[in-house]
Amino acid sequence: MALFSKFANQKFNTMKILVPISNVPDTTTKIAFTNGDTEFNNAGVQFIINPYDEWYALVRALELKEAGKAEKVTVIHVGLADSDATIRKAFALGVDDGVRIDNEGPDAFFVAEQIALFAKENNYDLIMTGKETISYNGSSVGSMIAGFMDLPLISLATKFDLEGNKATIEHDVDGGTQVVECDLPLVVSCAKGMAEQRIPNMKGIMGARTKPLTVVAATGNEKLSNIKSYTLSAGRTTCKMIDENNIDELVHLLHTEAKVI
Amino acid sequence: MILVYTEINKGKVKKASLEAINYGAKIAELTNSSITAIAINADAAQLEEMGKAGAKKIVTVNNESLIGLDSMLLSSTVEQIAKAEGSKIIVFSFDITGKAVAPRLSARLKAGLVAGAVDYPTINGNSLEVSKNVFSGKATAVYSINSDVKIISLLPNSFPVKLGENTATIVDFSGNINLSSTRIVVKEKKSNDVGGMIPLPEAELVVSAGRGMKGPENWGMIEELANQLRATTACSRPVADMHWRPHHEHVGQTGVAIRPNLYIAIGISGAIQHLAGVNGSKTIVVINSDKDAPFFKSADYGILGDAFTIVPKLVESIKKFKANQN
Ligand SMILES: Cc1cc2nc3c(=O)[nH]c(=O)nc-3n(C[C@H](O)[C@H](O)[C@H](O)COP(=O)(O)OP(=O)(O)OC[C@H]3O[C@@H](n4cnc5c(N)ncnc54)[C@H](O)[C@@H]3O)c2cc1C
Ligand SMILES: Nc1ncnc2c1ncn2[C@@H]1O[C@H](COP(=O)(O)O)[C@@H](O)[C@H]1O
Repeated sequence: MALFSKFANQKFNTMKILVPISNVPDTTTKIAFTNGDTEFNNAGVQFIINPYDEWYALVRALELKEAGKAEKVTVIHVGLADSDATIRKAFALGVDDGVRIDNEGPDAFFVAEQIALFAKENNYDLIMTGKETISYNGSSVGSMIAGFMDLPLISLATKFDLEGNKATIEHDVDGGTQVVECDLPLVVSCAKGMAEQRIPNMKGIMGARTKPLTVVAATGNEKLSNIKSYTLSAGRTTCKMIDENNIDELVHLLHTEAKVI
Repeated sequence: MILVYTEINKGKVKKASLEAINYGAKIAELTNSSITAIAINADAAQLEEMGKAGAKKIVTVNNESLIGLDSMLLSSTVEQIAKAEGSKIIVFSFDITGKAVAPRLSARLKAGLVAGAVDYPTINGNSLEVSKNVFSGKATAVYSINSDVKIISLLPNSFPVKLGENTATIVDFSGNINLSSTRIVVKEKKSNDVGGMIPLPEAELVVSAGRGMKGPENWGMIEELANQLRATTACSRPVADMHWRPHHEHVGQTGVAIRPNLYIAIGISGAIQHLAGVNGSKTIVVINSDKDAPFFKSADYGILGDAFTIVPKLVESIKKFKANQN
């Protein structure tokens, strides 16, 4: 067994993983808008790595590297300088280096094209995205990267392993899950189950400062969508309380008032 | 020149697909154009139903390997049909297939995509505007796209399905599906199917429970309630993390986002990350023993008390209601 994994190390130690990460408001953020509701108000907002990208894609990529199945893990982000602090959080988790394409999102077409161009030029064999950003909820960028690179996409991966060049992946499909095999190169979008959340250790945090973050200009500026305005979702105003000894009343209201049963 | 992608599931046209056809038909009406649907492995009755939902023309594709194998092949199939039909607006539903195929098609066709639209678009010349949920349902945003071809994926359960009397013209797909080009090999399939329950993203009625249920052995009453309502069961994240329930039941920000007509939350505190996945529900009922549980602030109806006594009473009450209905 030891011999086998050593062999695997030697043969595939040039495999590089690219993890696109997104910079999103912390999950507890109270969302607000400014400028006549045309812009997200980021005053006082704590930004984090999108949870799917961090907990699932990134941690699994790092595990693969630690197991000797990949040589290098790079994070890439398409965004402005205010995202750099978030990229450095990824460094603290153990990523080797980071790239920021200096242009604002969130147009998925633009973001994906930039990432695909970078991945192609720099020969990344495996691209692991999160399944969705918790900000714009597009679930789009991974599949678009696959489209730009003409690579297979395995979406909603919940387990991922590599043996040499062959990936074995469990992923969610309509009505169930399936296990597939696919040779690299490929794109996977990662969901719950891939890995467990990690807390950066002291060594990681210290090392984060000195890791290289390369900022490059975007290629072109083709955006296909833009956001005109935002509206906060109306909260529920009143909760009708029903006595626990009068449950028939609830059933009655669900039928006659809410009309849902 | 509207194209709608549809799917069959368990012998029926998916509800989300009927919604997408309705939606496409409405856009066709708004833009004075025609509407074609794509049907994969559909039988005559299913094609008839798609016609009733508003498809004027249906391109049928018959290939048992196409679904669940490689979204690249599906995307190429839709691309060929879109080109042959001269489609300007392509509608998907924002479900597992739609999320895998629509963005790839967007990259291939340079077609702007709005992923998860919740209302009808307004169309002005070459510009299309439509709203979608952002920040996990905490807000909506109006997106605008100007590309020549446009793609909209529709959030399931955004509109009720309407069936009319229309009959569609059926034509067979004449393009090419190169199955041997795929590098993906399917090794094993597992179904989440439990007693024929409707899958969560499509369910209109959902009964969900959290850590307040104390342990997996107490889920009998939750299942009984779901069974009486013919609802689908769901759970909070810690419940799935502790393996009390399967992970596909986990709803919320990091789980499945749902918007059923009725969401009953039992022994769930209502943390913001949980709400993010369920606050689009039409009606929310909360059963909780803590009067300060945050979920009551996001509920339409609340019952304060012990779930272990309330849920069995609710089951009885529903049985009585059903008996009176018949
Ligand atoms: C980044 C991030 C993402 C997350 N994503 C999700 C997500 O997608 N989905 C999710 O659910 N959570 C998510 N969480 C976790 C979330 O913050 C909460 O911890 C979780 O939702 C709590 O689950 P719960 O309500 O079941 O448990 P608890 O918070 O423990 O609440 C249990 C509730 O049961 C009530 N109760 C106890 N006994 C009874 C009884 N006998 N009868 C009636 N009521 C009773 C209590 O009053 C309490 O309100 C996320 C957290 C983070 C940080
Ligand atoms: N601006 C960005 N920069 C880098 N990666 C991104 C960016 N936006 C989204 N991604 C990646 O694409 C995934 C899906 O994003 P989305 O399509 O926005 O839901 C995310 O989980 C990230 O992995």
